[in-house]
Amino acid sequence: MAALLEVEDLHVTLETSRGPADAVRGVSFALQRGETLGIVGESGCGKSMTALGLIGLLPERARTRGAVRLDGRDLLAMTEAELCGIRGNRIAMIFQEPMTSLNPVHPVGRQIAEPLMLHRGLSRAAAREEALKLLDRVGIPNPAARIDAYPHQMSGGQRQRVMIAIALSCNPDILLADEPTTALDVTIQGQILDLIRDLVDERGMALILISHALGVIAENTRRMLVMYGGRVVESGPVGEVFGRMAHPYTRGLFAAIPRLGDGRARDRARPLATIPGTVPELADMPPGCAFAPRCDLALEACRVPPVPAVSIGHDHEAVCIRTDQTVGQPGEGRP
Amino acid sequence: MSDWIARAVRHRSFMIGGVLTFVLLLMAAVSLFWTPHNPYRLNIRMRLKPPSWDYLLGTDAFGRDVVSQLMVGAQNSIVVGVVAVAIGLSIGVSLGLIGAARRGWIEELIMRFSDFTLAFPAVLSAILLTAIFGPGSLNSIVAIGIYNIPVFARLARASGNAIWSRDFVTASRACGKGGFRITVEHVLPNIVPIIVVQATIQFAIAILAEAALSYLGLGTQPPTPSWGRMLNEAQTHVFTTPALAVYPGIAIALSVLGLNLLGDGLRDLIDPKLARQR
Repeated sequence: MAALLEVEDLHVTLETSRGPADAVRGVSFALQRGETLGIVGESGCGKSMTALGLIGLLPERARTRGAVRLDGRDLLAMTEAELCGIRGNRIAMIFQEPMTSLNPVHPVGRQIAEPLMLHRGLSRAAAREEALKLLDRVGIPNPAARIDAYPHQMSGGQRQRVMIAIALSCNPDILLADEPTTALDVTIQGQILDLIRDLVDERGMALILISHALGVIAENTRRMLVMYGGRVVESGPVGEVFGRMAHPYTRGLFAAIPRLGDGRARDRARPLATIPGTVPELADMPPGCAFAPRCDLALEACRVPPVPAVSIGHDHEAVCIRTDQTVGQPGEGRP
Repeated sequence: MSDWIARAVRHRSFMIGGVLTFVLLLMAAVSLFWTPHNPYRLNIRMRLKPPSWDYLLGTDAFGRDVVSQLMVGAQNSIVVGVVAVAIGLSIGVSLGLIGAARRGWIEELIMRFSDFTLAFPAVLSAILLTAIFGPGSLNSIVAIGIYNIPVFARLARASGNAIWSRDFVTASRACGKGGFRITVEHVLPNIVPIIVVQATIQFAIAILAEAALSYLGLGTQPPTPSWGRMLNEAQTHVFTTPALAVYPGIAIALSVLGLNLLGDGLRDLIDPKLARQR
């Protein structure tokens, strides 16, 4: 079966004052209908750029190369007008900042109704009806009273629910969620993720969930990509990856999760694990493995491109030549 | 809303500006139905009379009532201000929004055109236009309106660009909205306050420019009363009856001051954040 979305060797180059910087350097993956995919990595690893690149929403000074095929049609080759028919209709996106992602001058109901009128040609009244149902579905209490509220009259969690309602309005095939809970407090985070997961199940949408938190990815997706320095360093089914973490970076991310009870006497001598060093500048990525300068296991050979992808298990790959050292010691299980 | 009114009442320059502007509008409105005397009627026997109960501010060199002329002159100033601002606002804001939406060479072209137009002072370009098309009220209005175009174009482009970089614009692009829809639904409503404030200030500048043009004899033509022309006519008698030059001068100064204060006050009231940044 052909994949719903195929991303092949996607490159995103940003024009910066210091010359071109490669934010995404050859990302490939396929997404089946109804599949859930997580992309994890720290700030600046290119995960948001990948998402924005998929639907052509990159900043002006960015260029993309490669192919992004939705049902076999290359989105990167489409005109802006054709893309407008895809965005919001077949691929919808939820953003990180619900506080600023809604237009402050329009009531929320109108903002939910707009894509319905645009893509599905509903009348104003019908779109409002539909917006009411959507508000109810995303868990806004008393939607009839809240539909005419302005964004500033809602809390962050409610605004994110409104953003989800907007994204859902046209029943997209793919939901792109770029750090949808980062700006929210912890109790609300759980509720929003539950809501997204329920909606994905209910409507059979495919989900691409972007997060820097391994836990969020583990609980909400079936497949995952770990990105570092604009490349996918490890990919596979979530259970496989957590079971046998192969890339030293994935292992480092996992070790850096604080655990309940870390402060107990037994552990007090052991501070929270960190990955030494910082993410390299986009403009001067090291040759070979981008993670080599921060990696305990790095050899001279790691600094020579190209670094091959090694198969670890079923559908599970890591881009590392030292997996013999890592997979010998399986990960500590799911968090 | 009541909070807004409370803040407005407490805002001193907004209130002063509001009252002055209201008086200007009231003067013009009343003059449509009633003036103490016919401002057009010449009466040589009554020329250059000092103020009296019949002629509150006296008469000019042709025996016309100064109060009546000032009142009808307010009409003229308002018409010039409104039309000139309307021309500049409609064309300028459209150009600025196109520039912000399209970027690239279109934006560059619009902005360089603006720079070119702004390089000439308003009065100079008005003189140029009237030299070509002949003096008259309409030509001076068009000239002032053209001068207003780049002012609004730059403002709309700059504030439009700021809105285009906001998250909710990216979000609505992700909903599949094109440049035109985003401009109309998202960019324009968010820059309206800034445009309104600028419009009041341009209104004041237009009144001033019209007075200057009429003073030079390029604007409103006799016998239509105009503050600038009253100044011009008073010039001949400035050593014998200096008051004749003072009255239209005060009228111009107070109108311009009132509109500027109103604009400043509106800016503070509409966007408290902006006021703090200044």
